[in-house]
Amino acid sequence: MGGSSERKSYDGVVACVPVTIPYRRYSTNGAHWWIGQALHTLTKRAGLRAKDIDGFSLASFTAGPDTAIGLTQHFGLSPRWLDHVPLGGASGVVALRRAARAVQAGDADFVACVGADTNQVDSFRRMLSTFSRFAQDAVYPYGSGGPNASFALITKNYMNTYGARREDFGKICVAQRDNANTFPYALMKKKLTLDDYMSARAISDPIHLFDCVMPCAGAEAFLVCREASAKSLGLPAVRLLSTIERHNAFPEDPIQIRGGWAADVDDLWAMAGVGPSDVDFVETYDDYPVISMLQFEDLGFCKKGEGPDFVRSHTLTNDGSFPHNTSGGQLSVGQAGAAGGHLGLVEAMRQLTGTALGSPVHDAEIGLVSGFGMINYDRGLASGAAVLARAA
Amino acid sequence: MTEPLKRPKRKNPLKKTRLPLSPQGIRSRTAHGLTAAAAQGRFALQVCADCGTVLYPPRDACPSCLSPRLPYKDVDPRGTLVVETTVRISTDPYFRERTPWRVGTVKLDAGPMLVAHLHGDAVEGGRVRAELKLDRSGAPVVIALPEKDTPNMADDPQLRELTCDPKFRRVLITNGRTAAGQAMAKAFSEAGASIVFVGIADPWKPFPGMDALRGIERVEIVPLDLTDTESVTELAEQNGGRVDIVVNTAEHVRAGGIVERHGLTIAREELDVRYLGLMRLAQAFGPAMRARGADGVNSATAFVNLLSVHALANWPVYGAHSATEAACLSAAQCLRAELRPGGVKVLNVFFGPLETEWFQQVPPPKVAPSQLAKAVIDALKKGIEDVFVGDVAEDIRARLAVNPKALERELGS
Repeated sequence: MGGSSERKSYDGVVACVPVTIPYRRYSTNGAHWWIGQALHTLTKRAGLRAKDIDGFSLASFTAGPDTAIGLTQHFGLSPRWLDHVPLGGASGVVALRRAARAVQAGDADFVACVGADTNQVDSFRRMLSTFSRFAQDAVYPYGSGGPNASFALITKNYMNTYGARREDFGKICVAQRDNANTFPYALMKKKLTLDDYMSARAISDPIHLFDCVMPCAGAEAFLVCREASAKSLGLPAVRLLSTIERHNAFPEDPIQIRGGWAADVDDLWAMAGVGPSDVDFVETYDDYPVISMLQFEDLGFCKKGEGPDFVRSHTLTNDGSFPHNTSGGQLSVGQAGAAGGHLGLVEAMRQLTGTALGSPVHDAEIGLVSGFGMINYDRGLASGAAVLARAA
Repeated sequence: MTEPLKRPKRKNPLKKTRLPLSPQGIRSRTAHGLTAAAAQGRFALQVCADCGTVLYPPRDACPSCLSPRLPYKDVDPRGTLVVETTVRISTDPYFRERTPWRVGTVKLDAGPMLVAHLHGDAVEGGRVRAELKLDRSGAPVVIALPEKDTPNMADDPQLRELTCDPKFRRVLITNGRTAAGQAMAKAFSEAGASIVFVGIADPWKPFPGMDALRGIERVEIVPLDLTDTESVTELAEQNGGRVDIVVNTAEHVRAGGIVERHGLTIAREELDVRYLGLMRLAQAFGPAMRARGADGVNSATAFVNLLSVHALANWPVYGAHSATEAACLSAAQCLRAELRPGGVKVLNVFFGPLETEWFQQVPPPKVAPSQLAKAVIDALKKGIEDVFVGDVAEDIRARLAVNPKALERELGS
């Protein structure tokens, strides 16, 4: 696939003010509370008032019956640009690229991008059964294993096809746990060994306990504005070198072995003006380690099918040869619904602005963030990626 | 290899009966095309009328050409099981009780990928055939079976969850005086039912076939008169907790329409035997059956209505009879909704004139009672909801689908 016309740069636009509202396993609060907290913290840290926020982008599964428009009144916002991004794990990257264009075009000056969800007892199960029409008609009634079962099929097929072993996925999970151990907001901090990983209970073969993310409540947010505005407010910021998004790519693949990144990866690096070897760390969307492995391949770090070897030949911790999911990712921090699609992005902003909350990646100047989401039927439909750089 | 089912032990009356749960049964309106196919045991998917693409999951526009013309058609059910998983942790209470549960992705030769339940003998990488079944919520699901039959395959726990197989189940046949009732008793005994209760009103009155009926293995004659509420209630009190399949073989067939018939005596009798008989039976046995829908190997599983196909379109030669049968059909639809929460299916068996004395003047083709019995057993083993037996029934079904008004005129001339 790839783009048919030249992509315009994001010159003059930055992302700043990375915000995380600390996650909780279960919350008695609704999504509105979490979104409100994120906006509150974001404006406070940015030194802005609510009425300065003239662009609002929301990603949330649990804000229903409200959508972004209803929430403008709830939070007293009067934005001139509004977006609701129901793309799950791809929502962070997609929110960023849309907001960047709005700012660049002058449609908005300050866009607050928020991904937030609550998690109440039994809300996860209720969401699964009605997640999509295809899920309702043709997936959930089959054992009701939820995403564990769907990703089990993708993982098993990948193992059959490319010879990946459970140990390879284990290495990804163990390294992320190591990274999480210094990250204050990670819900899972107990040291994880490869033995622990291998001997964990089976959930849906070959998925075992530590392949799964834990649903929780939480919020992530950031601000998109002009570089000059960030400077005048004294906000450390990151530049966007390039972004891509692609949905329902490769429908002809019988089982998902690649994501939409593979369709646009050449554009991604060409627009960024750098290559895979230039990035200092990578934040993949990790609901199930096989998906991180697909991203290593599809984003150009190795060829298709070489994911297992790539993992075997690298150390994936923050001090390693390939720092990956530097806050611990969703596998260790938790999956706060649509906030999970913002987790890697917010963490990348911290790493690039020298404000890492956990262990920093040494001299990080360029980072890659990617997103993936929405298992509608048998595969994830949405994908996106962004190359970010420390602003001068 | 499927482990053959073990005969269930006698139930410990002190133990709690496992209550029936249902898997998620909500479907989009478009997906109910699958329900219609599954109810009749067909494997039909949407096939684009413009470009021929076979679609799954059900859609409202073709993903190849965006055409909205997407009728359900029978398609080749063969394919390959590409990949499987065993769900060990489920979010749904129904499946939590039944894990480990195998599911997989089937690439149909006809094109689409199906997420499917897996029979134990369906292996990853192997050839399979897909079938549409109704699950315990009455909703359509796909199960992948091994391409060729394997020993004891009906005993597979995931398959048996979707069928009403009589093996090791206890059956009540409501009237053993009729040829159909007797054929049914024989067929259920041969199908492995553990007890075949056969109702006889006034058992002291001899009837043709009585000795042969008593000679059938595992048949137990019980007093039952469907026109007598007390008789029905009494039997339910004694045996209601151990009847897993009810087959209503009550018959009342008289020729004649409405205008030429004087008085209401026969019509009343017809309604009393057939319609009110069905209500008495359902009221007496329905509650216990619905509560016992998940009660192990011999859980309550089906309520079988034998209906004249003329319940669907009146045949004035037997016009009053047709009307009574239509009442029974309507009641069966209600019963279906009422028993569904227990996972108990209502099987409607539509048949043309039987090879009995009451259709003496009717020319062939007619349905032999043994053919009717075989159709009931087959339908229960498949777990389907509507079955048409014999050439007349098939003919009526086909003509109804094309032009019900033409059928009405033709039956009336």
